Amino acid sequence: MQNNSVKIAVLSGKGGTGKTLVSVNLASVAEKSAYIDCDVEEPNGHLFFKPQNVCEDEITIRLPALDNELCSGCRKCVDFCRFNALAFIKKRPFLFEEVCHSCGGCVLLCPEKALGEREKTVGYIKRGLSSKVKVSTGIMNTGEASGIPIIKKLLSGADSEKGAPVFIDCPPGSSCVVMESIKDVDYCILVAEPTVFGVHNLNMVYKLVSLFKKPCGVIVNKYFEEDNPAEEYCREKNIQVLCRLPFDNELGLINSQARIAAREKDKYKELFTSLLEAVMEEVQHETAANPQR
Amino acid sequence: MKIAIPVDEKNPDSSVCPSFGRTPYFAVYDTDDEKTVFFDNEAASAQGGAGIKAAQLIADMDVDVLLSPRCGENAAEVLNKAEVRIYKTAAGTARFNIGEFKAGRLTMLSDYHAGLHGHAE
Repeated sequence: MQNNSVKIAVLSGKGGTGKTLVSVNLASVAEKSAYIDCDVEEPNGHLFFKPQNVCEDEITIRLPALDNELCSGCRKCVDFCRFNALAFIKKRPFLFEEVCHSCGGCVLLCPEKALGEREKTVGYIKRGLSSKVKVSTGIMNTGEASGIPIIKKLLSGADSEKGAPVFIDCPPGSSCVVMESIKDVDYCILVAEPTVFGVHNLNMVYKLVSLFKKPCGVIVNKYFEEDNPAEEYCREKNIQVLCRLPFDNELGLINSQARIAAREKDKYKELFTSLLEAVMEEVQHETAANPQR
Repeated sequence: MKIAIPVDEKNPDSSVCPSFGRTPYFAVYDTDDEKTVFFDNEAASAQGGAGIKAAQLIADMDVDVLLSPRCGENAAEVLNKAEVRIYKTAAGTARFNIGEFKAGRLTMLSDYHAGLHGHAE
C-alpha cells in the first residue's frame, strides 16, 4: 500500500452533481497527481486541464470470427456462451457484437478451430500533462455498448507515479462502468446535492460503495442552507460529510467556463486544499484501520 | 403451421406477457392438430441476452409465426434470420389472439425496441 499511489474515486448518482468540479480541483491542489476521466461516454475533465504533449492509444477488443468453411454446425459455441451473444441460425453461429464480453470461451471450445479472433476498435485513451497533473481521458466511440474495456486500460496504468494521489472521475450512476472504476480504489468521495432528488441519487451510490466495502465520505455541493435532506441522510447512515461546497455564483461561473477554480482564486485553492487534507486524513485512517486493503 | 405466444400462465386463456424475452412461458399452437403446448422460457432468468436466447428457443421449435406485443432488436434479428414472422398481439388472451391471427386481423410487428437491459417496468 505505502509504495502505491492512493486512489480516490469521485462518484455521484447522477450527472451534473459536481464530480468533475471536485476531482479536477482536488487533482490541481495536490502537489503532484494523476487525474483519470473514466466517464468515457462524455469525458470533460480534459476541457478544464487542457493537457499538453498529448499521446493517444487506440483501445481494441477481441471478438470471435467465424470461418464458415471449417464450421461443422455443432453448436457448442452457442450453447456455451453464458452471455447469449451467439445465436444458432441456419446451422451456423451468429454473433451479436454488443452482447459479447470478449471472454474467448467459444474460440477455445470450438472443436473444428473454426472460430478465430478479430480486433475491433471501441475507443481511445489520451494522456497528457497539465502543470503537475497527469491527465488521462478515456473516450468511447459513438455507438459502442460498453466502456468497460477502455476503463480497464485507463486504470491498469494508474500506479505509475509513485506516491502521487490518483483521482478517478467516475461515470454518473451506479452501473457496471462505475463498478469497474471503483473496484481498486482506496476511498470513494460521493458528491451529492442537498435536495430530496440528491438523496435518492446519493443512496444509489452509497449502496454501491457499501457493497464494494469501500470507505467513503460525502461532499455536499451547491450547499445553501444549514439543514438539508442530504446531510440528514448522512447522519442517519453515519457517513462523514467531508465538506460543503457553497451554492456560489462565482464558483459556478468559473466552472461553467471549464476553468479550474483552485488555480485561479486563492479562496478556492484554500477550499480544495482543506478538502484534500480532510480526504487524505480519512484515507490514512482507513488504511491504518484496514491494512489488508 | 406453429404459432408461438409469450404467456403469463400455462393455459390457453392466459394473458399475453408484455415481455418477449423474459416471459415465463411460451404457448405454441399447432394449426394442424389445433393443440397448444406450453414451454418454460429458459431465457427468463438470463443475466443478459434474454431476447436472443428466447428467440433461439422459438427458432429451435420450428415455429413459423410469433405473436407478441413487442420485440427487441436482437430478438427480431434472430427471428428474421430464422424466417419466423412476427405479428403484434391485440388486447386479449392467447386464445383470442390465435383466433385474430387466423382471421387475418393482426398486423406484422415492425417497430422493434432497443434493449431494455433490466429497465423494463
